[in-house]
Amino acid sequence: MQIDSGIINGIREGDNLAIQQLYQLHFPPIAKMIINNRGSREEAQDVFQETVMVLYDKITRDDFVLSSRLQTFLYAVSKRLWLKHLTRGEAKYHKDLIDNHEDSLATEEAIEDHEAIEANFTHMEDALNGLGEPCKTILRDFYIKGKSMAAICEKFGYTNTDNAKTQKYKCLQRLKKIFFKK
Amino acid sequence: MVMKTLSQQEFIEWADAYLRGELSSEDRLQFEAYCVANPEKAELFTQHKAFVAAMNKTEARANFKHNLNKVAQNYHKAHTPKTPTKVINLWDRLKLNAAVAAAIAIVSVFSTLWLTGYYKNLKKTTSDYSALRRDMNTVKRNVNAQNAAIKNINNEKDRETMHYGATGFMITKNGYVVTNYHVITGADSVHLQNHKGESFKAGIVYTNPEKDLAILHISDSTFKSVKNIPYTFKRDDSDMGEDVYTIGFPRDEAVYGQGYLSSSTGYAGDTLAYQISIPVNPGNSGGPLLDKDGNVIGIISGKQKGIDGAAFAIKTKALIETLNSIPADSLKGKNVVLNNKNALNNLSRTDQIKKLQDYVYIVKVY
Repeated sequence: MQIDSGIINGIREGDNLAIQQLYQLHFPPIAKMIINNRGSREEAQDVFQETVMVLYDKITRDDFVLSSRLQTFLYAVSKRLWLKHLTRGEAKYHKDLIDNHEDSLATEEAIEDHEAIEANFTHMEDALNGLGEPCKTILRDFYIKGKSMAAICEKFGYTNTDNAKTQKYKCLQRLKKIFFKK
Repeated sequence: MVMKTLSQQEFIEWADAYLRGELSSEDRLQFEAYCVANPEKAELFTQHKAFVAAMNKTEARANFKHNLNKVAQNYHKAHTPKTPTKVINLWDRLKLNAAVAAAIAIVSVFSTLWLTGYYKNLKKTTSDYSALRRDMNTVKRNVNAQNAAIKNINNEKDRETMHYGATGFMITKNGYVVTNYHVITGADSVHLQNHKGESFKAGIVYTNPEKDLAILHISDSTFKSVKNIPYTFKRDDSDMGEDVYTIGFPRDEAVYGQGYLSSSTGYAGDTLAYQISIPVNPGNSGGPLLDKDGNVIGIISGKQKGIDGAAFAIKTKALIETLNSIPADSLKGKNVVLNNKNALNNLSRTDQIKKLQDYVYIVKVY
């Protein structure tokens, strides 16, 4: 449990060491499960990566509590994802998975959340990318990197901060327009 | 200070400063009060705050994904088994199937071998003792069987039986002949033919499978009792190194073979047999083994495969024991009286053979 929470905290902060540890501890059994079920090693890698993203989306929510062992959670999610992959386009998988129902409900919820978040984020990324330069960099510098307006003004060669501020405001409005339009 | 006419741009700027914590505590309170006083601006602030948070999260998530990718790549580079993955994957996937298939194959192979009696044959053929009866006409039989099959496809009855040849020799003047048991096993009828070409039908009087001996009696009416048998039977064991010889029918003519007694026990330490060093062949079975004085000391029975010059002869002692154990009923009044006058004693080998060969027969088994 202690290792688990260590890894989870590390992942929440985007710590590479935590990701490495996660791979070392949890990838081999999951890879084995997938390879034993008609999967290749490459497919196992893809599934595990997506599983880690599901974990990430789950633990970066404010209301996150780890209700089971990390291994159990990852295994269940991977299994679910792999089954989904195997039965793509087939309705039968809903019928098949009535067994261990409670377990799979929680897993299913996590995966659904992850998919929604993924869509949302893709949407935001698309919006940012659709913004074009210099808006994109101005907004990132200001809102994400937390740079001061003066620094931005200097970087982009605006004659005074007010111009920069106006520019930044216009960019933000455009981004919001793109984001909310879709 | 209440700024009711704040433009949206100005408000967002103020909100950003608030969110980034750039305001003094006094200003913060002022900003909060302004939001309370202007609900539509408050709503804008909530929306703006969420939007900025989403931007940040997106960035953090994208970074995380990027890191994850890098770590994953490094991990897989370090942990992927070297390239023959296709084969290994295939093996990983089919391991169980292969194991099951192999198990079934093994079971079915051995059960088939067992069912078809392979092991019984194996036991028979792996023994390196070979009995020396002659399979007279394997090729002919095969060809005949084929011809017969072609000619009478519907006539199943006409099947040629096995046909063996070996040697036998007379032990009493009233027509008792000894040969090996293995020669006459499964015989329908037994015929004896001497070197002159005269053929007699013989009946099986007694067999002793353990000692590999069979006593025949010539039942043919054309057979006349002979006057005397030239050789005698030596009951005591002969010594190693003794000069011995035999006459047998490895082919249709009599063949003389000469050698020496090389051991006083037979195959696998059999005390009722000698090992002799005489070239013998299929067909020699049942032939007499004589010493230089013309005493019968044994009956040729077999040889050891793969060992040069290791032939075996059953001791006369075993023959006499067998004769003594014949039930009186089987003899039908014709007693077995062994000759005790040796007529070969002082003759040269060639003369011994001349006298001897009248009493040695080809045993033909049908």
